[in-house]
Amino acid sequence: MSMSSLVILTLIGLFLSLRGYQAFKSQGFHFITGVDWVAAQDGSGEKNVFGLGAMIIGTLVISATALVVGVPLSVLTALFLTFYAPERFKKFLISVVDLMASFPSILYGLWGFFVLMPMAEYWAKLIHKYLGWIPIFDVPQPAYTRSPFIAGIVLAIMIIPIVTSVSREIFAQTPLDRIQAAYALGATRWAMIKAVVLPFGASGVVGGAMLGLGRALGETVAVYSVLNIVFKVNFQVLYGFGGNIASMIVQKWGEASLSEGKALLAAGFVLFIMTLLVNMGANYIVRRTVKTGR
Amino acid sequence: MSNEHDQDGEDMSVTAPASALSSVAANRAHREPGNMPLGSGLEARGIHAWFGKHLALADVSLDFGAGTVTALIGPSGCGKSTFIRTLNRMHEFIPSAAMAGEVLLDGKDIYDPQIDVTKVRLEIGMVFQKPNPFPSMTIGENVLSGLKLAQIKRDNKEQLLEECLTRAGLWNEVKDRLDAHAGGLSGGQQQRLCIARSLAVNPKVLLMDEPCSALDPGSTLRIEDTISQLARTMTIIIVTHNMQQAARVSDYTAFFLSDGGPGQMIEVGPTNEIFSRPKDQRTENYVSGRFG
Repeated sequence: MSMSSLVILTLIGLFLSLRGYQAFKSQGFHFITGVDWVAAQDGSGEKNVFGLGAMIIGTLVISATALVVGVPLSVLTALFLTFYAPERFKKFLISVVDLMASFPSILYGLWGFFVLMPMAEYWAKLIHKYLGWIPIFDVPQPAYTRSPFIAGIVLAIMIIPIVTSVSREIFAQTPLDRIQAAYALGATRWAMIKAVVLPFGASGVVGGAMLGLGRALGETVAVYSVLNIVFKVNFQVLYGFGGNIASMIVQKWGEASLSEGKALLAAGFVLFIMTLLVNMGANYIVRRTVKTGR
Repeated sequence: MSNEHDQDGEDMSVTAPASALSSVAANRAHREPGNMPLGSGLEARGIHAWFGKHLALADVSLDFGAGTVTALIGPSGCGKSTFIRTLNRMHEFIPSAAMAGEVLLDGKDIYDPQIDVTKVRLEIGMVFQKPNPFPSMTIGENVLSGLKLAQIKRDNKEQLLEECLTRAGLWNEVKDRLDAHAGGLSGGQQQRLCIARSLAVNPKVLLMDEPCSALDPGSTLRIEDTISQLARTMTIIIVTHNMQQAARVSDYTAFFLSDGGPGQMIEVGPTNEIFSRPKDQRTENYVSGRFG
């Protein structure tokens, strides 16, 4: 089983890198660091310029937003499920959270567009009003819809199940004798959690967050539905345009010329490597945490 | 759930005849209530404890006088650990655990719904079978952790730190490495650290659930020393498998036994008498090493 997935994974990697090889070769390092993407007509003799940088940055900005919003929510959910939820509802609540993972991402996208966007626009205005002096919260023109911020929140909701379930498993392993020690010293439940559970579970939460990041990096349809995809560098999360690698590929694929198609496959390879590295790191951390219990 | 499956490497009950135990008990200095601060008395009235539908402890009533040391002895599964955990409401952390009865501290029932359970545990501290310092904290932070956990404000933390570690008999060994992590200490040192940690929130009663069962004989003696010192200032209740230990440290001894049914308290009296002339035949059998 694990062998076959390794083979499939290698084949996908090979396919992407071979097909994308021409783009890497013609663009060189510019493919990663460049921030412009100009595709010439095939046979027109004009020069293709493929620089994925803007979308790499966009991917990181959106994913970081997703983590900032999603991880605290997940940790609180996991703490609630482990230490507060009444025993009778626990199983039910856990399965509800796990069910969230199985929804198709287009549903999250539609929900994000129709339900979340109006609310998030209002939050974005508030953040801009009070924290606008911080460069990333600045908005040059009042365009708050379809921003990386909103895409980040949609992704945050989507990574909650995986981050919650990893955190919950780690929290549940907190040694009972430490929990009792804290209670015996007159700790409230929350004081006990801060002193015992969080220090114990911290590295597990980091691992869970990285698994969530692995999901956020590659998310396509949900981002495509809510984000105004423009091929430009945008660090201003509240400002209404941006993009990530996956959604950009979807957007450009239909009309791509032969050479641009190869460049998109090369972009896919970059995403593949990013996701692979993050997931491997996450698995390492989670496994080490579960094994050593600290 | 119970703590009864512990190893009991230093239990000398098999080799020690009752007469030897009673002479140990008779020889130890008797504490006279003088003008010492003696902590508070604790009275348990009609304690029953259940795990699910299983009745683990039936109708135990015991008084613990202020400033005394009471040992709870008995074979595995007799409910003594369960009993001591009802005295500071740690019993209720076990899912499905239930209890009935009253525990009066200074005449007030700690199970009164009006009472703040975290305050109860501040007044009635507990030391566990296995040393359980917080591994993410330094030695100093461990001692003072109770203040943080219970949100107690206090000046002179350094003074409190030294005082607690001194009372727990650990100050000289750790005073130069208060910033080191607690995991580097030996088992016996860790247990004394846990005692110091309990003392920092100034409890009136200290419960000890087989505090030496995971320790070597040398560490055990040091802890017993500490207990004798502490008994001048507080009420101590100690569960032990080790009858030598009961004879060495306690003023009173209560014998618990389960005859297959729920655990019961068979007999309580001055330690000296329990080991020399117990009233109940079963106590006699146990202290003379015929079973257990």
